Amino acid sequence: MKFTQSWLTRHSKIKLPSEKISEALTNIGLEVESIIKPNKNLKNFKVAKIINISKHPNADKLKVCDVDIGKNKIKVVCGADNARKDLVTVFAPPGTIIPKNNLKLEVAKIRGVESFGMLCSESELNISNESSGIIELKNYKLGENFFKSEEDVFDISITPNRSDCLGVKGIARDLYASGYGKVLNNSKISLKFSSKKKTKVSIQKNSGCLQFGSLVIEGVKNCESPSWLKNHLRSIGLKPISAIVDITNFVMIDLNRPMHAYDLDKINKEIIVRKSKINEKFEALDDKEYTLPENSCLITDKSRILGLGGIIGGKFSSISEDTKDILLEAAAFDPISISRTSKKLSLITDAKYRFERGVDPFSIEEGLKLAAKLISQICGGKVGKISIIGKKNSIKTQIKYDPDFFQQKIGFNAPKKKQVEILNKLGFTIKKSGKYLNLQVPTWRPDISKPECITEEILRIIGLDKIPSNKPDAKKINETLNYHQKLFHLLQRSFATRGYKETISWTFTDSKLDKFFSNNIKKIENPISSDLDCLRSSNFTNLLIQLKNNIDRSYTNIPIFEIGPYFKEDYRQKIAATAIFSGNKTFSSWIEPDKEISIFDIKEDLFYILSDIGFDIENLYLKRSLKNYYHPGKSGEIYLNENSKDCLASFGEIHPLITKNIGINKFKPCGFEIYLDNIPAPKLSQRLSKQEFKKSNLQIVERDFAVIFDKNVTAQEIEKQIKNTNPSLIKSIDFFDLYEGENIDPKKKSLAIKVVFEPKNETLKDQEIEGFCNDIVSSFKSLGGSLRS
Amino acid sequence: MIDLAQLQDQIKSKLSGIENQSELENTKSFFLGKKGLITLAFKGLGTLDPSIRKEQASKLNVIKSQLIDKLNMLQQEIASKEINKNLNTEKLDITLPAKKIIKGKIHPVSQVIDELTSIFSEIGFSVAEGPDIENEYNNFTALNTPEHHPARDMHDTFYLDKDKKTLLRTHTSPVQIRTMLKQKPPIKIIVPGRTYRCDSDMTHTPMFHQLEGLYLDKNINMGDLKGCLEYFLKRFFENDKLKMRLRPSHFPFTEPSAEVDISYKIDNNKIIVGEGDRWLEVLGCGMVHPNVLKNVKIDSNKFQGYAFGVGIDRLAMLKYGITDLRSFFEGDVRWIDHYGFDSNDVPTNYRGLSK
Repeated sequence: MKFTQSWLTRHSKIKLPSEKISEALTNIGLEVESIIKPNKNLKNFKVAKIINISKHPNADKLKVCDVDIGKNKIKVVCGADNARKDLVTVFAPPGTIIPKNNLKLEVAKIRGVESFGMLCSESELNISNESSGIIELKNYKLGENFFKSEEDVFDISITPNRSDCLGVKGIARDLYASGYGKVLNNSKISLKFSSKKKTKVSIQKNSGCLQFGSLVIEGVKNCESPSWLKNHLRSIGLKPISAIVDITNFVMIDLNRPMHAYDLDKINKEIIVRKSKINEKFEALDDKEYTLPENSCLITDKSRILGLGGIIGGKFSSISEDTKDILLEAAAFDPISISRTSKKLSLITDAKYRFERGVDPFSIEEGLKLAAKLISQICGGKVGKISIIGKKNSIKTQIKYDPDFFQQKIGFNAPKKKQVEILNKLGFTIKKSGKYLNLQVPTWRPDISKPECITEEILRIIGLDKIPSNKPDAKKINETLNYHQKLFHLLQRSFATRGYKETISWTFTDSKLDKFFSNNIKKIENPISSDLDCLRSSNFTNLLIQLKNNIDRSYTNIPIFEIGPYFKEDYRQKIAATAIFSGNKTFSSWIEPDKEISIFDIKEDLFYILSDIGFDIENLYLKRSLKNYYHPGKSGEIYLNENSKDCLASFGEIHPLITKNIGINKFKPCGFEIYLDNIPAPKLSQRLSKQEFKKSNLQIVERDFAVIFDKNVTAQEIEKQIKNTNPSLIKSIDFFDLYEGENIDPKKKSLAIKVVFEPKNETLKDQEIEGFCNDIVSSFKSLGGSLRS
Repeated sequence: MIDLAQLQDQIKSKLSGIENQSELENTKSFFLGKKGLITLAFKGLGTLDPSIRKEQASKLNVIKSQLIDKLNMLQQEIASKEINKNLNTEKLDITLPAKKIIKGKIHPVSQVIDELTSIFSEIGFSVAEGPDIENEYNNFTALNTPEHHPARDMHDTFYLDKDKKTLLRTHTSPVQIRTMLKQKPPIKIIVPGRTYRCDSDMTHTPMFHQLEGLYLDKNINMGDLKGCLEYFLKRFFENDKLKMRLRPSHFPFTEPSAEVDISYKIDNNKIIVGEGDRWLEVLGCGMVHPNVLKNVKIDSNKFQGYAFGVGIDRLAMLKYGITDLRSFFEGDVRWIDHYGFDSNDVPTNYRGLSK
């Protein structure tokens, strides 16, 4: 919302530096976004008259004009078709910057004739797109400034609850309440009703129109607005059109009272306000044809739609230069109906914006009177009687308010007298009743309905700087973090410890990639772009995109991770900690040869992290992964034990098809993820579940075995069999060599296994050890293994 | 009987000729070996007259132990000589690079969430969470923003269905509703999380992070809100002089509502928070609206409290001088390396928030 101080003075006796007003406005909740300072350059543009015109000696399309700029006369070369003798237009002297192209004018020879300035079109001054000729002016004084606003313009942002301040009058009132200026009581407008003419208006049921006020003005002469009016409108960025249209706009900005003027001669007999049927069409003032949604509020006559109530008028009945009789409308519309229609049509107008937020229904009469008065003053005509039909908005909000409530909510005491004074100035009607105040809320404040709203009103006027700052109490109701929140935090730190860099990527992704991770695309109805059109089914989608972008920037060998949400078929939200790594395990170094990352590097990191978050990694259970985004032969899933159903984590090489599809050609990215929702909170904390440490000085014993197995016998099975031979004594089992190839049956593999025994009570005797080893060898046999000879 | 003086001379001359380990071994066995001079001399003691045997034995013992000491000394000398000799040949170019460090990093948003959690945990807040997919009721209606309320238009919402019933939450405030529905007051929570709006330009990303705060009890008033925010902002920006102001504003779910500005200045094109006399908007807050409490069946005559919401990404940008919001979500490792935090740099109360 823009306004100037001079506009403010229509409603308040106020004269203050802009900065002071700005501060006051911001302090009471009307945040000043900017103060637009007058543009000194604009002062250069003067009203001038062509007093003589002749053809350019060297160019057919150009003219040489003698121009009277008030104080003196000069020569200007001009190419406009409409340049003619006695035309009053806008002149820019050398040194002026032309707003359209930001170029500075200089004295220049144009095809051999010197030109001392320029005559301007509207488009060159950025006041419209009109560029077909120079500006034609009426009622201007030669030599005066064309741009009158040499005033600061305030641009304030109005919160949705403060529709009253979408009118300058409301702003003046608020400033007055906070001690700035003194509001003028100007709502009583005297008007002579000299015409008997009336137009019949009817409102049909559920039309979306609550009240319809109207009056007729006969015999007007629509003309250009006087400069005071044009200046007011121009100062806030509105383009003057014609007096009648300008006046309706002026009243809207002045009183937050949208109005509409119809050419009465175009109305067929009477006005009927009704709701729209399916597929009705209507051509609006903006020259566009709209197919209207059902149940929109229409202003119609016996033959056509004249306007879309509270949103935009129609082209057919609009005001023109020839308009003689007009019908002025000021109405009250249902904000929800307006909001619904404008949203469906994506049509945003100043009127719609105001009605949606709330326009004082009691301003119908004031608006009609102000507009009629201005029209009859400027355009002449006889004013008919005001008619307002529809239900009377007789219900005014009443609030029983206890002044002590203020201290209870806000934390400091505001004297009752002060509270009453503020409410008075804001327009509340107050009746005291014991300790309570019975308040009648002003009709321009539809947002106020509760005692809390009253405390807000008083507080913003007194000033939020008066609120005390109470030292926070440290009362704790729950633990700061629950188990899964701790887990989230611990995982982040653990990944980073292993060298992974944390990224945060969009929760939505490209369905063309997401389809590799789920058969069920979870579409967003209104995506921000076509490549972010669905919720992600896996964190891998966006991580792979980020990985690819890094590779494209020649940054490889970089492990990244993200802990965040992904979504299941039924839109259930899950959380995974997901990492991805491609390229080499280390950067090129003279110390060791480059080695591309393998799933065992990834597995190492995964197990490190699982151990960090408290798992006994020796006893986890591994399965081949069935997830179709991994390479089927190079991926695995991890479970708490053999019977567990919840997959704790998975790891593997990303499926080559996906890698190829995303455009990563040189590398085979590997990744892993930990499914946070599947990680059970332990029954006992690590602190409590830890057993006492027992020191042993007894000699540990190591034995190595070289065994040949079928290729499909897994290390996990072998390990389990070995462990079962002597669970309490075997401390660790290591696979230190794997051999497949020459000298071995191609279906078999040779494994070198080291078993470490740790005696608990007494040193092991050779005989005992031999026994244990025999047990181990038998366990190999149970898996079809045999010692290598 | 052996001539002890001659023996000592012999020892002296042999020892003086020792250069290396093998000569040392030879000398050792020449005197102390099975057939060494001293060994034989001891063996020969038995043949001596008892009157001189004792004296001779004692002298021999002294010579033997002196010899052993000297040999040990020589042994050490030779060893260090040998090591020193090797050292000169074992010279490496220590300027050759070690293997490159791959350093993990924590994203600034995570770091700031940890900082905020630490700050609020000190004054008794606990962390609550809710889903990113919300229903229209929790995100708007329950928060006193009914359908067609103009405030809804200010949130450019991502919808997941045609009826606009399911959406990506536009703020963390629906977690207020979820928490109040399952927990009785007193309630004292912060809610960090992802939020979404269909908006993308220099200063907006379609996904961003918010931290919601809610404190509901019998007598929590706006002074408590102001104190809490002042404490939080001073702690977060690690500046006790930071100035803060509340400005009236409007949010459907609080009444009264306020926006909070903090002081800043521009120095060398950098924003310095806490100094100077310009104002920067950082958060929105207010007293929980009675309609919100009614919607979660809490009696607003018995309980009242405050709520606030702050943009986490923006806090991170201000504190750590990051200028481009969009870069937060691009996963460019150069950016992460530059602005990210080390894994062990965990913000804590006792250590301080930042290194």
